[in-house]
Amino acid sequence: MTAATLAPASTPARRLSPVAGLRHTFTLAWRSLVQIKHNPMELLDLSIQPVMFVLLFTYVFGTAIAGSSGEYLTFMLPGIMVQNALFATMTTGFGLNNDLTKGVFDRLRALPIARWAPLAGRILADTVKQAWSIALLLGVGAILGFRVGNGLLGVVGAFALLLAFTLAASWISVLVGVLVSEPDKVQIFGFMVIFPLTFTSNIFVPTDRMPGWLQNWVEVNPVTVVADALRGLLVGGPVAGPVLQTLLWGAGIAVIFAPLAVRGLKRRV
Amino acid sequence: MDYAIRAEGLVRRFGATTALAGVDLAVPTGTVFGLLGPNGAGKTTAVRVLATLLRADEGRATVGGFDVVRDAHQVRQLIGLTGQYASVDETLTGAENLLLIGRLLGLGRADAKQRARQLLADFQLSDAADRAAKTFSGGMRRRLDLAASLVGRPQVLFLDEPTTGLDPRSRNDLWDIVRALVSDGVTVLLTTQYLEEADQLAGEIAVVDHGRVIAQGTPEELKAKTGGQTLTVRPADLADLGAVTTIAHAVSGASPEVAQNAVTVAVNDPGVLPAVVSRLDAAEIAVAELALRGASLDEVFLSLTGHRAEDAPAGTDLERTPA
Repeated sequence: MTAATLAPASTPARRLSPVAGLRHTFTLAWRSLVQIKHNPMELLDLSIQPVMFVLLFTYVFGTAIAGSSGEYLTFMLPGIMVQNALFATMTTGFGLNNDLTKGVFDRLRALPIARWAPLAGRILADTVKQAWSIALLLGVGAILGFRVGNGLLGVVGAFALLLAFTLAASWISVLVGVLVSEPDKVQIFGFMVIFPLTFTSNIFVPTDRMPGWLQNWVEVNPVTVVADALRGLLVGGPVAGPVLQTLLWGAGIAVIFAPLAVRGLKRRV
Repeated sequence: MDYAIRAEGLVRRFGATTALAGVDLAVPTGTVFGLLGPNGAGKTTAVRVLATLLRADEGRATVGGFDVVRDAHQVRQLIGLTGQYASVDETLTGAENLLLIGRLLGLGRADAKQRARQLLADFQLSDAADRAAKTFSGGMRRRLDLAASLVGRPQVLFLDEPTTGLDPRSRNDLWDIVRALVSDGVTVLLTTQYLEEADQLAGEIAVVDHGRVIAQGTPEELKAKTGGQTLTVRPADLADLGAVTTIAHAVSGASPEVAQNAVTVAVNDPGVLPAVVSRLDAAEIAVAELALRGASLDEVFLSLTGHRAEDAPAGTDLERTPA
């Protein structure tokens, strides 16, 4: 059998260059993205839910909450972008857990590739998916009449800020993916935590319409902070304060959860 | 002698469980070495340590002369890993899975595609090249698993229970592939629950139980230790049961048992089979079934450890010779 013919024994390389590690990362990101081709449901997942939320909230609650659906769209779209991005971070933990439980992760680790490449490749691919959802929401918003107040710079800024924040938040997802026994539990975690977290923020209803005891929480909820930053960048209003707070939240989450996630991953495998 | 794999005093604990309790192994280059034992014996843990996936708490091991901890990167360039714990990506096609590995190993796009095509052809998977691996049958998936571990032309191949759950035909196909690899000079470390599989493939077998190697030797040596084989004769006509019993006793020298319309007797000499056939023939007895069954893993365990393997192997039907 020709497949098995051995190449003349060559001396194995002692170590990897960082460039090789980057190449492994891109190859593994390709692997995660090409899956969409075979599983178009995933793309629908990425696309339908956010669009449906925008439509439902705009036309069902819009008039009741903000007086008109157009005004409500302006208020709510930046927030729904945050909510959707947080739900989408669960993809990372789901995929990682899938690789861990199915044995794909071990196959990758037995290869002479950079130790960090499997995780980095996954996060890179999920960042591309995030970018797709954010662009989709902005596009749908524009069609429905969302008016950008700060021009292209605002849009690019909002885009970059949200991506940076989700990159930090995805470490929580990685930690969950490392800790739970099966992929579906990542989804359950996402549902149980992200739903209440995002609804007890100011993304759908202005803070002053909520009961007093809840307002205290809503104001410190990081989802409120990120939504305010996006509103500032996309629509208008205070920018510096909320953007700075968003970056601090992101840094704080990454500093706490990245080491926990990496330690958990090393223990798991 | 040149050893592709060496392990000395490997110990690995998981909490209160000791998966490896001091394992020594020496696998000569270019041979198949079988690790035989029931579920939970420590076979997979040993493979994971040798394949750089897991660190041993104590002891040391080398693969191709490289330390599995200190020189892990070099070891990974020499090995291929197939088994329960190293799997292909089910959402990718057969071709994409192999392409992925080729690219990760540093092949250019064209080379990686060429290598994938060649391996798919070698493993009779060309027709399934563009189908997602999750649609593959069990046998196809194992072949793809094995192909994936061969993309880098490994010198040392770890096969962790490669045929568990496969039907006899797929199992035979896989054995043929392993034999071809060995004839090309690859060293194979095979773990299995089936004595039959170790017997078919391995030149040397280590029997593992509770994290220890409790016996080691060639298949013949091990079988001799475990009390030989069982001969079963089922006459076509039940009226011949008595005559068959007499012949079985005469040939084997042991006392036969009659159960379920068949005569079984313990034999130590494989030469009894032709002797029984000629005696039956001479007596003009038509036979519905004639089988020489080797010692099962259960029997190996019973005789080596005094206790039964917790997990009974799925029979030794493959050794049956239709009469």
